[in-house]
Amino acid sequence: MISSSAEQGEENGRHRWGMVIDLDKCTGCQACTLACQMENNVPITGPEEFEQGRTIFFTEVFTDLEGEFPYVEGVVVPRPCLHCDNAPCVRVCPVGATFHNEHGAVVIDYDACIGCRFCTVACPYTARSFNYYTPEFPSPLDRALNPDVPVRPAGVAEKCTFCFHRVDKALARAAEEGRELTNSELTLLPACNQVCPASARYFGDLNDPNSTVSHLQRSPRAFYLLEDLGTESKVAFLRSE
Amino acid sequence: MDLNENAEEILAKHDPIFKPLRGMGWRYWLTMTLLLIPILWGGYAYYLQVSQGLGVTGLNRPVFWGMYIVNFVFFIAISYGGTLTSAILRLAHAEWRRPITRLAEVITVCALLVGSFNVIMDMGRPDRLWELFAGRGRIESPILWDVIAVNAYLVFSIVYLYLPMIPDIAFLRDHQPGHLGWLYRILAAGWTGSPKQVHRLEKVVGGMAVFMIPLAISVHTVLAWIFGMTIQPMWHSTILGPYFVMGAIYSGLASLIIAMAILRKAMHLEGYLKLVHFQNFGKILLVMTFTWLYFTIAEYLTTFYGSEPAHIAVFNAKLYGEFAPLFWGQVLFCLVIPLVILLPPRFRTIPLLVVASISVNIGMWLERVMIVVPTLTRPRLPYGIATYSPSFIEWSIMLACAAWLVFFFMLFLRFFPIISVWEIEEGEALEREKANAVPTPELTTQTASTQTATLTS
Repeated sequence: MISSSAEQGEENGRHRWGMVIDLDKCTGCQACTLACQMENNVPITGPEEFEQGRTIFFTEVFTDLEGEFPYVEGVVVPRPCLHCDNAPCVRVCPVGATFHNEHGAVVIDYDACIGCRFCTVACPYTARSFNYYTPEFPSPLDRALNPDVPVRPAGVAEKCTFCFHRVDKALARAAEEGRELTNSELTLLPACNQVCPASARYFGDLNDPNSTVSHLQRSPRAFYLLEDLGTESKVAFLRSE
Repeated sequence: MDLNENAEEILAKHDPIFKPLRGMGWRYWLTMTLLLIPILWGGYAYYLQVSQGLGVTGLNRPVFWGMYIVNFVFFIAISYGGTLTSAILRLAHAEWRRPITRLAEVITVCALLVGSFNVIMDMGRPDRLWELFAGRGRIESPILWDVIAVNAYLVFSIVYLYLPMIPDIAFLRDHQPGHLGWLYRILAAGWTGSPKQVHRLEKVVGGMAVFMIPLAISVHTVLAWIFGMTIQPMWHSTILGPYFVMGAIYSGLASLIIAMAILRKAMHLEGYLKLVHFQNFGKILLVMTFTWLYFTIAEYLTTFYGSEPAHIAVFNAKLYGEFAPLFWGQVLFCLVIPLVILLPPRFRTIPLLVVASISVNIGMWLERVMIVVPTLTRPRLPYGIATYSPSFIEWSIMLACAAWLVFFFMLFLRFFPIISVWEIEEGEALEREKANAVPTPELTTQTASTQTATLTS
């Protein structure tokens, strides 16, 4: 069964990818959202579908107001998939189409998904989207499609993959060269991180206690979204008190 | 209880039951034809959905579930009144059950077929349905629990409907085969009515009744667990399983009352489905109304008093927010109207009981909406409030489902007796025996006369 092999993979995998987003640096520019759309062939749903509330986002920037009037503060939070270790979506999938890959990222097998949308309703972060129609990429966008990422069919769920196609490629190249990826190389691997103009995003190996993400996740500034739900997410946020 | 001894007499005596099997009137065929309109229209709507995608519905992000899941729960709830009622009444040896059990079991099978089709229509990739059965299925997922429970319930409900029908089918095979003789011959399975066969049948049916009750309860509990096993506000609650079971009995009973009333009028079954049956069901329905009140208070008061932010957001949306008309409508239809009709005994007439039952079914449908939709419109993270309104396609398919339910039911009427003749004869034989066994004539006449009095009133 997929899930058990994935769990095994998680134990055996050398890496456990994690992310850190510094909200004190984030300007809310949404470059991450755009870069992700281009990198991952995220369907452009168009204005009509937007009206219906069917936009597809792998990484989405939401805003919130905190505090009580007149001491109100706006917060901008970019939200990728949080790749929970204890993922509510993985738990409920009836066919094992969503699972932890060997490096702990939650991914979807688009050829196996039956489109029941149990994962999308189970995710407390609303991090998953559903393809209500067959994705269309009107010219010239179709020429900008990324060949490394499959275009999803109608009727399946999709979400952020931690850009595992980019990460795996880099890992393979490093292995060829007989070396390890450095922290600064790793951190720029996901497309969202690469374009972040504020350098607010970090990516790396949580299994390596000396990696930047490990350090930052131990920082007193670090917190996790809806931490008390026990989802054990691998994306931390930094914020000064 | 040998039906064959005086077959002519039985055929004449139970003419309202046997007549439809010889041929239906124009009213029947007109209704069937009219039912085909919503059915075909719904088929076209589903064709549009399959060819274009689930985008033709009103679903969105984060309201990923809507009408189809609501109707899935609703129709499976209707199926409950049937087999569960018949099993409980059989086990309790309630004599008045005899004309009702088969009717109830047919409703179960028809509603289950329609209900389970709703969940297939909800799938984004129905072409991959087989994945659930062919090795990929994960038993850890509540959806698989559901697949197993609903399928088991469907299979056993069909068996439970079929077994007690064998003596009647055999009777038809021998005495009124018509052009369906071949069908009756196959289904009668060599029934001769020998004491050995009767004994074996009664043993199996009795045993199945015991088995059907936990099965029925598990089906609806598991259905609730699809919601309850997630960590979403107002879904993640232990009350959901029992709440679903209770609601299912409530709406299932109401559907049974409606079906009984329609059949009584349309097929002239006044001699079988008597006022006392309706009144008995009316009393059970009244008990269920109070049970509904109890469960609703238990659920909502707990949520309100705890006031966890995510939960209270859903709570407020239901009681005071955009769902308030639906929520209070549910209270009106599930509580106020049934109470007004069912509490005073003089209101327990057949037309008013039907009104109460229709009201209960409307209310329970609203309750299913209240369970599925509001939770999804209030995501935990501040994305804002989502909305959902079903599209024309979804309404069309819902109408088609209701039409299918009636269509399946009426199809059964054409082929098989809707009231169990042999069980009624058995009941009468038992009564005669009892009357003969009791030596004090005074007492017997008294009970007999009171009984006739209640039956004819």
